[in-house]
Amino acid sequence: MSPAPARRGRTAIALWLAFILACGIIISRSEFTTDLSAFFPRSPTAEQQLLLEQVKDGLASRLILVGIEGADAPTRASLSRQIAQRLRADPAFVSVNNGEPVNAERDRAFLFNNRYLLSPAVTPARFSVDGLHAALSDSIDLLASPAGLLVKSLLPRDPSGEMVQLLDQLNSGSRPRLVDGAWASQDEARALLLLQTRASGADTDAQQRAMAAIRQAFDAAPSASPAATLLMTGPGVFSVTSRDAIKSQVTRLSLISVAFIATLLLLVYRSFTPLALGFLPVISGALAGIAAVSLGFGTVHGITLGFGTALIGEAVDYSIYLFVQSEQGGADQRDWIKRFWPTIRLGVLTSIFGFAALLLSGFPGLAQLGLYSIAGLITAATVTRFVLPHLLPTQFHVHDASAIGRILSRLVQRAAALRWLAALLLLAACAVLVEHRAGLWDDRIASLSPVSQADLALDASLRADLGASDVRYLVVASGASRESVLQSSEQVAALLQTQVDQGELAGFESPSRYLPSTATQRARQASLPTAAALEARLAQAVQGLPVQVHLFAPFLADVAAARSQPLLQAADLEQTSMAMAVDALLIQQPSHWSAILPLTAPAGAGINASRIRTALSTTGLPDVLFVDMKAESDRLYSGYLHEAIRLSLGGLLAIIGLLLWIFRSPLHVLRLIAPLAAAVITVTAGLAVFGQQLIILHLVGLLLVVAVGSNYALFFDRADCLGSPRTLASMLFANLTTVAGFGLLAFSNVSILQAMGVTVAPGVILALIYSAIFARKSHA
Amino acid sequence: MTTRPLSLHTLIRILVALALSPAIGHAADWDIDQLMRDLAQTRSGHARFVERKSIAMLDKPVESSGELLYTAPDHLEKRTFKPKAESMTVDAGTLIIERGRQKHLLQLQDYPELAAFIDSIRGTLAGDRKALERNYRLSLEGTAERWTLQLLPTDEKMQAAVKRIRIAGVRAAVRSIEITQADGDSSLMRIEKLTAQ
Repeated sequence: MSPAPARRGRTAIALWLAFILACGIIISRSEFTTDLSAFFPRSPTAEQQLLLEQVKDGLASRLILVGIEGADAPTRASLSRQIAQRLRADPAFVSVNNGEPVNAERDRAFLFNNRYLLSPAVTPARFSVDGLHAALSDSIDLLASPAGLLVKSLLPRDPSGEMVQLLDQLNSGSRPRLVDGAWASQDEARALLLLQTRASGADTDAQQRAMAAIRQAFDAAPSASPAATLLMTGPGVFSVTSRDAIKSQVTRLSLISVAFIATLLLLVYRSFTPLALGFLPVISGALAGIAAVSLGFGTVHGITLGFGTALIGEAVDYSIYLFVQSEQGGADQRDWIKRFWPTIRLGVLTSIFGFAALLLSGFPGLAQLGLYSIAGLITAATVTRFVLPHLLPTQFHVHDASAIGRILSRLVQRAAALRWLAALLLLAACAVLVEHRAGLWDDRIASLSPVSQADLALDASLRADLGASDVRYLVVASGASRESVLQSSEQVAALLQTQVDQGELAGFESPSRYLPSTATQRARQASLPTAAALEARLAQAVQGLPVQVHLFAPFLADVAAARSQPLLQAADLEQTSMAMAVDALLIQQPSHWSAILPLTAPAGAGINASRIRTALSTTGLPDVLFVDMKAESDRLYSGYLHEAIRLSLGGLLAIIGLLLWIFRSPLHVLRLIAPLAAAVITVTAGLAVFGQQLIILHLVGLLLVVAVGSNYALFFDRADCLGSPRTLASMLFANLTTVAGFGLLAFSNVSILQAMGVTVAPGVILALIYSAIFARKSHA
Repeated sequence: MTTRPLSLHTLIRILVALALSPAIGHAADWDIDQLMRDLAQTRSGHARFVERKSIAMLDKPVESSGELLYTAPDHLEKRTFKPKAESMTVDAGTLIIERGRQKHLLQLQDYPELAAFIDSIRGTLAGDRKALERNYRLSLEGTAERWTLQLLPTDEKMQAAVKRIRIAGVRAAVRSIEITQADGDSSLMRIEKLTAQ
């Protein structure tokens, strides 16, 4: 080697090492997340914002549903009580419910002492002579009924029955039955607990710790028995198990695929040195990709890392081209740079143009993949071009693959004969696509969920056991202050009550039920007559009823006290079950407050969204929204999907533009694009035939097919290609490594990984074959 | 505390039933278990009732009447027609009281005293000795033809509400339920069977 290239080589290696070091530093400071942020739009609508707040931090996101199966009923119940006792002392849990009446006394005291501020029945009319007479005669009837046992002691203090009113509201939901003092399912085969974590559902680490705490409490319980099993479900549990599933699959599959690719390359190279060197561009590319995402987005998502490992299969191609295509010795590598680098550079450019479209996506997960691919591919190619040749030992050579190349060459010579067959296949594929066009895409967000059917079934069954709704329908009132949203929710609640009365809704919750607005509390207080007035009215009201007025002296005293009692504040609810409800339903955001009113659909029916929306609009409240969480999240994902389709088409146009600019011949560009388009169409049709509906990651897979395939098309486009067995052999090896890298993903049971695998592996094989078949005839 | 004597009409009916009953010869080996077995034979029933409650807070006793419906093992319905239409339904763990437009739904597990009280009636109708003995000490007087089952609460909390429950019957049919509360209030419900299966 002459001194000048040697100096250039040292400079290149030094720059590369500095770059790797810089990437390392950035990555060591990066934040990695596996939460749902990848699915959060960058500029959400009001409904989406609500959806995201709920998904991240909402009441439903913080629930863990627990079941205990096996052993006998008394063991299950005592396990439930022991777990609950231990977890109630754990600050990670806001509430632990298993049917034990831990708060019952405090709850009743709170309701009773504040009944005149809380009861919606407290109006001026109720404390008129007629109102009192009606309320009293109701109470007397109740006294004579079986429930009389309960209300008898209340009658002298609460003859108008406000406490009964309040209890009615609280008792409306269905709850699990008690077996041996703890909740059990209807068939009594499992004990049940409902836990609310302090951490949000999006905080997967905290959810994992919470799950570990539950597991530990179960294992350490004095009644622990090997016959008993613990079941857990809920949104947080799903994020934890999905993360574990993705993590373990990505780790295992990438290890297998690296081993696979290494074995393959070892067979080709018959030497360890090129194998090790060949992975340098791959590792550099992966580091650059992660560092770029970290700089560009602030956090790196787990999906991006998972995708990155699959990209090994493509990044390793560049070194294969270098090693296999060059003849022996250093001079030849310089020759390779001169002869082949422009082709590879163009291949990298087309890939970048394709992936650049993803950068514009409003779906941050997709944008991250785009940036990762671009940075990774540029780095891998650059390292192959500028650094790798200088690292090769002087007598470096790989096993001569010309023999395989010559066989390939003969095959390719005859490939043109398959043109008609290929055209027919393509035509059939087009026909399939036209036929399946309506159901080609799956635009339900559930299609992305890595949660297994068995887990979903368990979740549904525990929810049914616990009577816990899946919090699908919400009305959300927003405002500047707690008071304003409480006032709005009171108006909304009045309106929802009419819908309940009409049978449109089974029920609803409202924070104002437990913490009425100050205005309402004041109005109720003002409804209470003075002691003298009340005494006089009561004397008239008891006329004709079988009671003596002196019985109600405690009532007069309580009302007099209620008239001047301080209004309820949020802090007054502490230590009661109502505090948890208010905490979940009344949320303070940095800039505003939200009150959440979850709706329950009538049994066996849905909620007529437009009817509720119309009813809500009559309130004239500007910041009240009805949200169907499921429909909203599907709409969100479907928006992403259609945007991604548009962006991918835009990327394709950009690639065509680039090629037109380079080759300045539409026919030439058509010849380059045709095999890639054919591969994409055939793969898509194949997926449709096998009944796979496409999700957003199939689309990413198709982009990869175009990116990888463009290299093949460009090589076949070269005048010297068909005559060069080494070029053909290098393409075959590159193709096999890509198939190995992605093909394994096809066996994953995580849908997002599987989607990429089943698209890329057959896609790149088809791209290679189509490129060979449609290669320029003049060479044949 | 008033324990009303049986009306003449009822007495005559009981005497007639006694005279006609073929089971009278088995009275010797008859006990709570046998009674429970007999009662458990009835899978569902429909009866008329008249109930009289004496409550100290009220100036005069309250009398009501209506129908009772029972389906084994845990569905019990009491429909009151007079003086005001009202219905009470106990189904497994829930109690629903409906009066006019008002509807109260109570989870029995939240009110153990009420649950124990309702189970005394349901348990007797179902012939479920185990369920009864969860909350009460049982004692039986009389014969298969004319028996009185007395239930005394064992739990202290329950004792604070209910002093005793006396259920009287003729063979497999419950004829009256008399409840004496701890504070002296009492009620007597007389039951006249319409159909049974």
